[in-house]
Amino acid sequence: VGRYQFLDTVSRTWWTLLAGAGVSQQRWRSWPGTTRRAVKTTVWLTLFLVLVALFGVWDTTALAVAACIAFLVVPPWSRLRVGRFAVGKWVVPAVVLGIAIAYPYYTDSMPQVPVFGPFPQVSTMVVMMIFTMMALGLNFVVGYAGLLDLGYVAFYAMGAYVAAWLASAQFSSRHVNVGAVGLYPGWAGVHLSMWIVLPVAGVATAIIGMLIGLPTLRLRGDYLAIVTLGFGEIMPQIARNGDNLFGINLTNGTGGITPIDGPGFGNWAHQHLHLPANFLTAGNLDAVFFWTALLLVLVTIFCSSRLRDSRLGRAWIAIREDETAAAAMGIPLMRTKTWAYATGAFFGGVAGAYYASYNSGAFPDQFFFNISVFILCMVILGGMGNIWGVIFGACFLSYLDREGLANVGAWVNGHFGTNVDVPKYEFGIYGVILVVVMLFRPEGLIPSSRRAAEFHEGVHDEPLYDIEEHDAPIAEPAS
Amino acid sequence: VATTAHPEAPARYRRSPGSYVMPGLALLLVVLLVVWLVVNFTEGPAYFFTIFFIGLTNGAVYALVALGYTLVYGILELINFAHGDVFMLAALISATMIGSVFHLAAHPSVGSLVPAILVSLVVAMVACGAINVAVEIIAYRPLRHAPRLAPLITAIGMSFILENIAIGWKGVGYTSVPQVLPTGNVFSIGGVVYTWEKLIVVVITVPVLLALVWLVQRTRQGKAMRAAAQDRDAAAMMGINVNRTISFTFAIAGALAGAGGLLYALYFGQVRYDTGFQLGLIAFTAAVLGGIGNLPGAVLGALAIGFIQAFNEGLTWHSPGSDWTQSIVFSILILILVFRPEGLLGERTPEGG
Repeated sequence: VGRYQFLDTVSRTWWTLLAGAGVSQQRWRSWPGTTRRAVKTTVWLTLFLVLVALFGVWDTTALAVAACIAFLVVPPWSRLRVGRFAVGKWVVPAVVLGIAIAYPYYTDSMPQVPVFGPFPQVSTMVVMMIFTMMALGLNFVVGYAGLLDLGYVAFYAMGAYVAAWLASAQFSSRHVNVGAVGLYPGWAGVHLSMWIVLPVAGVATAIIGMLIGLPTLRLRGDYLAIVTLGFGEIMPQIARNGDNLFGINLTNGTGGITPIDGPGFGNWAHQHLHLPANFLTAGNLDAVFFWTALLLVLVTIFCSSRLRDSRLGRAWIAIREDETAAAAMGIPLMRTKTWAYATGAFFGGVAGAYYASYNSGAFPDQFFFNISVFILCMVILGGMGNIWGVIFGACFLSYLDREGLANVGAWVNGHFGTNVDVPKYEFGIYGVILVVVMLFRPEGLIPSSRRAAEFHEGVHDEPLYDIEEHDAPIAEPAS
Repeated sequence: VATTAHPEAPARYRRSPGSYVMPGLALLLVVLLVVWLVVNFTEGPAYFFTIFFIGLTNGAVYALVALGYTLVYGILELINFAHGDVFMLAALISATMIGSVFHLAAHPSVGSLVPAILVSLVVAMVACGAINVAVEIIAYRPLRHAPRLAPLITAIGMSFILENIAIGWKGVGYTSVPQVLPTGNVFSIGGVVYTWEKLIVVVITVPVLLALVWLVQRTRQGKAMRAAAQDRDAAAMMGINVNRTISFTFAIAGALAGAGGLLYALYFGQVRYDTGFQLGLIAFTAAVLGGIGNLPGAVLGALAIGFIQAFNEGLTWHSPGSDWTQSIVFSILILILVFRPEGLLGERTPEGG
C-alpha cells in the first residue's frame, strides 16, 4: 500500500529496542497481556513525563495524570466480574465519564501541558462535545456506509435554523409558547421548549437528508461527494438570501436570527429540584451546557454502537466494502443508504440546534464548506467507522480550533523567536492532517480493525494488474 | 408450460406513467429557460448581445480550468479538488509578474504589453504544470491502489494546503492587477459593444485549446494519454509508462490552469486565496455538464455555464441576480448528475448509475 512506510519504523524501532533489552519477539508474545500493557504504558508515560519536564511547566499533577492513565489502561479490567455480572467492561467507561462530568470543578487546578498550554476551558468543552456529536453523525455516512459527504454543514445549518424558527421572535406575527423559558414580557414569535426543539430539529433535518439523498444516492463515490458539496454550498446561500424568498422573510438574511431561547427546566423544577430554570441565565452557564452536551453525546454514542451492530448497520458496512456484492446479497441499496444519510443528518441537526441555542443565534456565515471539511477531518483523523477514534478526532480538532492552535502558536513564537500567526493557517494544517493521515495511516489514529483491513488489503475496485510493480521492466516503447 | 396466465404480458414492457415525471420536469425547466431568454432578448436585443459577449469571455476562462478537471478525471477517475487552487496560484503568479516584475501600470503601450503577457503566460503555465505534477506525486500516486475515497480526501487536503500557501504568500486580502488590457471597442454595431479585453481573452484561449487538441489527437504522448484513460492496465501491458503519462496529463492540466489564471487576473483584476475554490467548482460543473472525461464537452459546458452566469447576473427581466449564481450553478450540477450523469456529450459511466 503506497510507498510510505513511515509508521513501520515506529514498530521496527520498538522491536529493536526490545531485542537490545534481550527480549525476542517470541518471548514478548509469551508474556501475559497485563505485563505487556504495563511495559508499553511505562514507556509511553515516561516519554510523556520527560516531554513535560523538558518543554512544559513541571508540576506534580502530571504524575497524578500519568498514574490515573496507568491505573485505567494496565489492569485487565475487562475480566473483572462481580458474582455473575461482567462489570469489568464498564469500569473504564464509567471512570472516564466520571472524570468528564467532574471536569468543570477541577479544570482551573490542572497543570500546564507542554506546548499546548492550559487545559481547555469549559466553554471550549461545550463546543468539543457539539462537534463530537456532529462527527459521530458524519461517521454514520462516511465511516459506516462509506459515502463521502462533503456537505455535512448543510445539516448543521438546517438544525440551527429549525431551532431559530421554533424558539425565537423570527415569526413575530405568531404568539406560540410551549414550555419555553426565559421569555420577556411582551414576547412575540414561536417559542417551543428547547427539549422539544432538539428532536424536532433532528427529525426535520433527517427529512431534508432523505430528500437530498433520494435523487442523489444512486450516484457512486466521487459524484455523490460533489453533489453533497453542491447542497452544502446551496444551503448557506439560501440562508444568506432568505430574507426575501418570494416576499417571505425566512432567515433574516446576513443578519441571522438572534436571540434564540436557551434550554431550561422552568421555575417549578428550579425551586423543587434545583435544576437550572434557564441555561442562558444560569450562574454556571458553560457547565450546564457542557453536562447537557455530554448527555447528548452519550445518546449519540449509544445509538452509534447499537445501530452499527444492528441489521441496518451491518448492511451499511457491507455496502461500504462492496456495493455490488451487497446488492447481490439482497441489501436494498437505496433504502439502506438513505437511512445512513437520514441518521447522520438527524444527529447533525440536533447538534446544530443545540449549538444555535448555546450561541443564541443562527448566522449564515457559520456555514461554510470549511466546516464540512473540518468535521470530515475529525472523522478521518480519529479513524473512520470507530466511535472512540471519531470522538478523539472531534475533541482534539475542535480543541485545536478554539484554543490549541493559538496556544501552540504562542509557544512556537516564544521559543523560536518567530512571528507566525498559526491560527491563520488553521485549514492548511487540517489539509496537511488529511493528506498525512491518508498517506501514512488511512485507517486513522484509532482505527476499527475492519476498516484498517479494507485500507491495507484493498477492496473490490482494486486493479487486477499492479502497474507500480512492473513499471521498471516495461519502461518506454522504443520509438 | 402454459403462458396464457399472462394475457397482458406486453403491458410489462410499457413504461409506467411515473417514469415520465422526471423527464417531463426536465423538459419543463428547459422550456422555461428558453422562454426567459426569448423574453429578455425581445426586451433589449443589443443589451442581450453585450451580455452574451460577457458570457463568452467568462466561458473561455472556465473552459481552460474545466479542461484540467476533465483531463485528470479521464485518466485517473479522480476529482482533482486542488485544481481550482492551482488555477488561483496561476492568477497570483500572473498578478505578481504583471505588477512586480514588468511594473505595468494601467493602459500600457502595446510594445510593453505583448511581451509582458507572453512571458507571464509561459511562466504561469510552466509553474502551474510543475505544481500540479508535484501535487500528483505527493498526494495521488501513493494511493493508486487505495479505495477511491482516499485520493479524493487527499485532494481536498492539497486544496487547503495550496490555499494556505497563497495566504502565506499574499495574505488574506485581494491582490489587484492594474487594468493592462485595452478597453476600447472592437466594434459597436447598433448598441452591441464588443471590447478589446474580451477579444484578447478569446484570442489567447483559442490557440491554447487548438494546441491541446493537436497534442491529444496527433502526438504519440496524446495517444498514450488516451490509451491510459481507456484502460490503465492494458496500456501498461502495451508498454506505456502509465505513471509518466499520468504526470504528463497533470502537467498539461496545470498548464491550462496557468493560462486560465493569467486571463482571470488580467480580465477580472482581483485575485484572492479562495478565488480558485469557487471558480474551480464552477469549472467542475462545466466539465460535468459537458460530460466529464470529454474534451469538447468541457469547452461546451464551460461556455454554457459562462452564458448562464452572465445572463443571470446581467439580464433584467426576472433574473435571480448574482446572489443566486452559485446556487443556480450547483443546481445545474445536481440536476445534470441526477438526470443525465453522462453529461451533454459524454458516455454513460458506471458511477452515474
